[in-house]
Amino acid sequence: MSCIEARGLRKAFGTTVALDGIDLRVEEGRIVGIIGPNGAGKTTALNAMLGLIPYQGELRVLGRDPWKERDLLMRDVCFIADVAVLPRWIKVSQALDFVAGVHPRFDRAKAEDFLAKTSISLERRVKHLSKGMVAQLHLALIMAIDARLLVLDEPTLGLDILFRKQFYDSLLNDYFDRSRTIIVTTHQVEELQHILTDLLFIERGRVVLSCSMDEVESRYMEVTVNPDQVAAARTLKPIYERQVFGRTILMFDRVERGRLMQLGEVRTPNIADLFVAVMENQARVAQGAAI
Amino acid sequence: MNAQSTPITEPSFQWEGYAARISTAARPLYWSIRRELWENRYLYMAPLAAGAVFLSGVMVNMIAMRRRIAASSDYAAQVQGLLSSRYELLAGLMMATALILSIFYCLDALYGERRDRSILFWKSLPVSDVTAVISKLSIPVLVLPLLGFGITLATEYLMLLVSSAIFAGSGVSITGLWTQASVLRIPLIWLYHLVTVHGLWYAPLYAWLLLVSAWAPRAPFMWALLPPFVICGVEKLAFNTSYFLNLLQYRFMGSRSMQSHDHAQDFMASLLPHHFFSNPDLWTGLVVAAVFLFAAVRMRRSRGPI
Repeated sequence: MSCIEARGLRKAFGTTVALDGIDLRVEEGRIVGIIGPNGAGKTTALNAMLGLIPYQGELRVLGRDPWKERDLLMRDVCFIADVAVLPRWIKVSQALDFVAGVHPRFDRAKAEDFLAKTSISLERRVKHLSKGMVAQLHLALIMAIDARLLVLDEPTLGLDILFRKQFYDSLLNDYFDRSRTIIVTTHQVEELQHILTDLLFIERGRVVLSCSMDEVESRYMEVTVNPDQVAAARTLKPIYERQVFGRTILMFDRVERGRLMQLGEVRTPNIADLFVAVMENQARVAQGAAI
Repeated sequence: MNAQSTPITEPSFQWEGYAARISTAARPLYWSIRRELWENRYLYMAPLAAGAVFLSGVMVNMIAMRRRIAASSDYAAQVQGLLSSRYELLAGLMMATALILSIFYCLDALYGERRDRSILFWKSLPVSDVTAVISKLSIPVLVLPLLGFGITLATEYLMLLVSSAIFAGSGVSITGLWTQASVLRIPLIWLYHLVTVHGLWYAPLYAWLLLVSAWAPRAPFMWALLPPFVICGVEKLAFNTSYFLNLLQYRFMGSRSMQSHDHAQDFMASLLPHHFFSNPDLWTGLVVAAVFLFAAVRMRRSRGPI
C-alpha cells in the first residue's frame, strides 16, 4: 500500500482553482519536498491530505479517506502547519498532558527528553516562549508520536538559520527511520536539498515535475560552458540558460553526460535552480502553445 | 476497517473489548473537557469569586445586625429567616453567574480556536469533531451546573459556620441555627433544578450558540442575536403576531406569560419531575438542540482558521 495516492485531485475555492487534477503517489519511507511558487496549491494539497478540507477526485492516505476519517487518520499522521498553531494559553506541561491523554502513540518520556535539551521549562506558557521555542516544542510533541506520516507545511518559517538547521537535523537523526514518510513544503529549498528523496514541483494546481532525487541526478545536468563552446552547447537544447559572472551556465535534461563534459564543468543542479528552470520552461511551453 | 476496534478472538473476552472501546472513546472526551478548563479558567474563578464576595457581604451584614437580632425575643426564627433568604440569594447569584458564563463560553468556544488558529493543532490530534463539540457542550450542560452546585454548597456551609461564629461571639445559642438549617435539605432540589433547567431545558440555547460560534466569520455575538431579531421583526410586520418572541421568552423563563402573578408557583410546579419530563416542549427543545449540534459538528469539520 502506498502512503498517499491521489488521482484527479481537484479543489476550487469559488472560481479559483487551487488544485487542478493532481495525480500523485508517495511510497512509504520517502521524504518528499513539495515545491512551488506562492499560491501554487501546496498548502491546499496538504490540507486535503490531512482531512482539513473537502475535495473532488480520489485521495487515499494510509488507505483512508482523510475527509471522512480525519480523527482515525491522525493516529498515524502528524502535521505542523505553516503558522504557529499551538494555543498561546497552554502550558508546556499541559500540552504534554493533553497529547498524552488523547494520542495512543505518544511517548511522553521521549518528548520530555527532547525538551530537556532545550531551554523550555515545563511551567512556561506558549505565549511566553520565543518563536523558535514554540517550533521546538511542537517538534518535541510531534517527534514523540510514533506516526507513519509526518506532514510539514513551512515548518521553519520565520525561524533563524540556527533553529532551521537544528530542526532538520533533529528530524533526520532522531525521527526519520526509513519506515516513516515525510512530506514537507518550504521556500528555503536549498536547506532541504540533502534531506529529500523525492521532488514534487507544483504550479497553478498542477504537478509540473515529480521525480526522485536519484532521477534528478541522472537526468538533469548543469554545465558551466567554456566561452568558445556556447554556440555548440546551445544546439543540445538546454532547458535553461543563465549568466553568472560573465560565464554561461546551461541546464540540460536527459543529455548524455559524456557529451556535456566536453563543453565544460558538469554538475547536478541545485533544487532552487532546477525549480526556476522547470518553471520558466513551463511558462515558455505554455506561451508556445498559445501562439 | 476500523482501527479503533480491538480484534476479538475469544467471545469470553468480549466485554473487555467493549470496555477498551469505551475507554478509547472516553479518554479524548475527558481530556478535551480538562483542556476547556485549562483554557477558560474563568469558568471556575468567576463562581468562586462570586461565592467569596457573597460570603464577605453576608459577614459584614451579620456583624452589623447581630446586636439587634440577639436582643429580640425570637432570635432563632429571625436568624433562620435571614439565612434562608441569603441562601436563595446565593442560589440565584450562582445561577445567574453560570448562565452568563455559559453564554459567553459557548459563543467563543468554536470561534476562538479558529481565530487563534489553534484549531489546526487540535485537528492534528486524533480527536473527532464530534468529541470536540460534545466536550464544549458539556461545559454549560454539565460542568458549570456541577461546579455551581459545589461552590454554592461550600459557600452555604461556610456561611453557616461564619454566622455561628458571629452569633456565638454575641452570646446567643447557636444550636438552633444548625438544627433548623434548611441548607441540609436544599441541595438535592437545587441539584435537580440545575440538571433539569440548566442542563436540559437550556440545551437548545447552548447548541445554538455553539453553532453560531462554529460558523461565524466574525462577531459571533452579533450573529447569535441577529436571526432571532430578524425573525421576530419579520413575523411582527408580516402577520402582526409574536409567536417566536413568546417561544423565546418561554424558553428563557420557563413560562408562557410573564404577567401572571402566580408565575413563581407555576414555574416551580412545572419543574416537578412528572410535569417536566412529560412536557413535549422539553423534548422538542432537545431535538432542536441535537440538530444545532449536528450542524455545529459539520461546521467545525469544514471550517479552518480565520
